Amino acid sequence: MAKVIVVTSGKGGVGKTTTAAAFAAGLALRGHKTVVIDFDVGLRNLDLVMGCERRVVFDFINVINGDAKLNQALIKDKRNDLLYIFPTSQTRDKDALKREAVERVLDELTEQFDYIVCDSPAGIEHGAITALYFADSALIVTNPEVSSVRDSDRIIGILASKSRRAERNMEPVSLNLLLTRYAPDRVTRGEMLTVEDVREILSIPLLGVIPESESVLRASNTGTPIVFDEESPAGRAYLDAVARFLGEQRELRFVKPERKSFFRVLFGRA
Amino acid sequence: MRLFNLIFPQRRNSAAVAKERLQIILSHERASRDAPDFLPILQRELLAVVGRFVEIRDDMIRINLGKQGDTSLLEINVEIDGAKLNFGRPGGFGGRRATSFEPG
Repeated sequence: MAKVIVVTSGKGGVGKTTTAAAFAAGLALRGHKTVVIDFDVGLRNLDLVMGCERRVVFDFINVINGDAKLNQALIKDKRNDLLYIFPTSQTRDKDALKREAVERVLDELTEQFDYIVCDSPAGIEHGAITALYFADSALIVTNPEVSSVRDSDRIIGILASKSRRAERNMEPVSLNLLLTRYAPDRVTRGEMLTVEDVREILSIPLLGVIPESESVLRASNTGTPIVFDEESPAGRAYLDAVARFLGEQRELRFVKPERKSFFRVLFGRA
Repeated sequence: MRLFNLIFPQRRNSAAVAKERLQIILSHERASRDAPDFLPILQRELLAVVGRFVEIRDDMIRINLGKQGDTSLLEINVEIDGAKLNFGRPGGFGGRRATSFEPG
């Protein structure tokens, strides 16, 4: 039985797709067979972030409509044998994902995989609700910024009332806070909410803090999940988060301002 | 020190402001999120009934569902201080029976 993880946030642009790609790749790097699914119907982007956009032949809607077999639509990652991408459709019908049809697809995936990572669209409309409905765990991607924190709180409420686990009175979806785009130097200057602030306000367990990093844009430029960049602080922070998710104890890194050495100032690589 | 502040004006720590604002708005939103669905409907219908007798605004009826010990408490506050009697008006008390009600 695969574990279903939803990557969600309410607010757009906080790093859901970056996180879904990084987390799925991180799980695969740790030896777990993982598929990452794009639930953002009509606004397909996971394929670009994963660097497989030119290999998309069939998509989620084709599989649901029976036009393609599931294994025809799954794209095997070229960097890691255990990692698969399931692209969404570019159809304009954003309500195309029917809950029963999604359930059938997930049931089929669960036979083959250890983890199913669902990349949710922004908002709290049909697509976002469908993405979180089947979740066993949720990664709540939050920026240290008022609108993002408020929307995360809203999504946490929806997970607690509208998920399958909530409807069936099962053990609730396990919630994990992932604080992204964290800028320790701005926190020090009192310009940004601290990790502790956000954790206190949302009161859910903290899975990781991902520092704001130039390497994230470089990674998406080239279609490489950030965890494959061993130099990147963000990549390493994601790998820490994956390790914690798998039950390891890891200290928080990259939450204090980094002292820039003369060398670093001179060659300026973040 | 005063000269120092003049040259380097201290800005209020904006992160602290953000935290405070979030805590206030979220405590409010969480309370209404957990409220049962019927409360807004109840409020609207109460407004319609009371409105047949006295002229009141939407915000003059407040409904709260709280807990006191083991019992749930439905608290309804209707503020009619200064409200005008709707006596004799069409749709009001003593007039024709109200078939619909438009708050406002």
